[in-house]
Amino acid sequence: MAAAGEELTISGYIVHHLTNLTYGKLPAGFERYDGSVVGEGGTWTMAHGGAEAAAMGFNAIHVDSMLWSIGLGIIFCWIFRSVAKKAAAGVPSGLLNAVEMVVEFVDGTVRDTFHGHNKLVAPLALTIFVWVFLMNLMDLIPVDLIPHTLMLLGVEYQKIVPSTDPNITMGMAVGVFVLMLYYSIKVKGFGFVKELTLNPFNHWVFIPINLFMEVVGLLAKPFSLGLRLFGNMYAGEMIFILIAALFSAGIAWMVPAGLLQIGWAIFHILVITLQAFIFMVLTIVYLSMAHEDH
Amino acid sequence: MNINLTLIGQMIAFAGFVLFCMKYVWPPIMAAMEEREKKIADGLAAADRASHDLELAKEKAVERLKEAKEEAAGIVDAANKRAAQLVEEAKDAATVEADRVKASAQAEIEQETNRAREQLRGQVAALSLAGAEKVLGAAIDREAHNELVEKLASEL
Repeated sequence: MAAAGEELTISGYIVHHLTNLTYGKLPAGFERYDGSVVGEGGTWTMAHGGAEAAAMGFNAIHVDSMLWSIGLGIIFCWIFRSVAKKAAAGVPSGLLNAVEMVVEFVDGTVRDTFHGHNKLVAPLALTIFVWVFLMNLMDLIPVDLIPHTLMLLGVEYQKIVPSTDPNITMGMAVGVFVLMLYYSIKVKGFGFVKELTLNPFNHWVFIPINLFMEVVGLLAKPFSLGLRLFGNMYAGEMIFILIAALFSAGIAWMVPAGLLQIGWAIFHILVITLQAFIFMVLTIVYLSMAHEDH
Repeated sequence: MNINLTLIGQMIAFAGFVLFCMKYVWPPIMAAMEEREKKIADGLAAADRASHDLELAKEKAVERLKEAKEEAAGIVDAANKRAAQLVEEAKDAATVEADRVKASAQAEIEQETNRAREQLRGQVAALSLAGAEKVLGAAIDREAHNELVEKLASEL
């Protein structure tokens, strides 16, 4: 599965699987894979390999992550919206039952954890849970199926699990962080500043120490939120790739690799659900903390 | 594994999906679920009420049945009493009738006896006279010996 210019080795295979389809701006003077040099003012183009993607820096976008993530989000919205349109007080059946089960589960979790009054939290939690679950679910699709199919169609790189891209998970975590800050200031007002400066040592002398500790604690929340999901999914994907690589080790490895594949996939069903649930619960908890006025 | 514009893109997509969910997904589903909850609660309450009514109706039916049984027992009792009374009355009437019949029969028998006795007495008197006439060979004056004959006849 190596791209042109890369050797067909295990490490090449793994690296290829971990490279996003990147579109971005190459800086001026950069020497491209085919030896041409980028002209004055840089150029927007598809990255060819990890080195070019790295050279693009911040001015790049992971097309695959973005498309899969938005596509899955649209699937979520479409399914739930079609159910919402059909939802009536009559006897529920089929998809309506399944969707209502999820909604009720999320609603119960929000009610148990979040004690303020906020119309945003429950839909936010539902979106996070289902969307993250769908993104994680992509992990269960055999690692080579879609990337290889797309490669035959001319798309060089493809990472189909959006939650193995730190941009995706951190994007959501930062979104949650913004909401945390917004509600902290809105609900607590000046109390938020007091919370940052007079905790845990309630004396003016300790204000710098308090501020440092509280800010670190505050910043740790979005990072732990985003990186936990990313780390779990990345590691899971990595193991799927390694098991897939094991198939190439010879005919004798087919059976153990197959068994490993099945075992890890079954275990991963638990992981993807759990990670989606953790992301949702932590979001609710963080927003609940933002609403608590001491 | 670079942090880049994808982060911003994801944040925008995230906000968009959350807003969509908040406006068009959550409220109708929750409304439907709450309405159904209420409907089910109403239904359960109605079922409770109905079963309570059923219980009451059952009690009433049992009571009515008991009343009817008592009434029937009363009627049977009265009928039995009446029947006994009728039997008693009939018995009494029969006794009276039997007594009456017996009495009249007895009276008749007595009458017959008396008549027979009178007749016998007359015949005895005549026979005795005839006998005596034969014995004496002479007619006995009926008038003259009437006293004697009468005495004889009464001694018979």
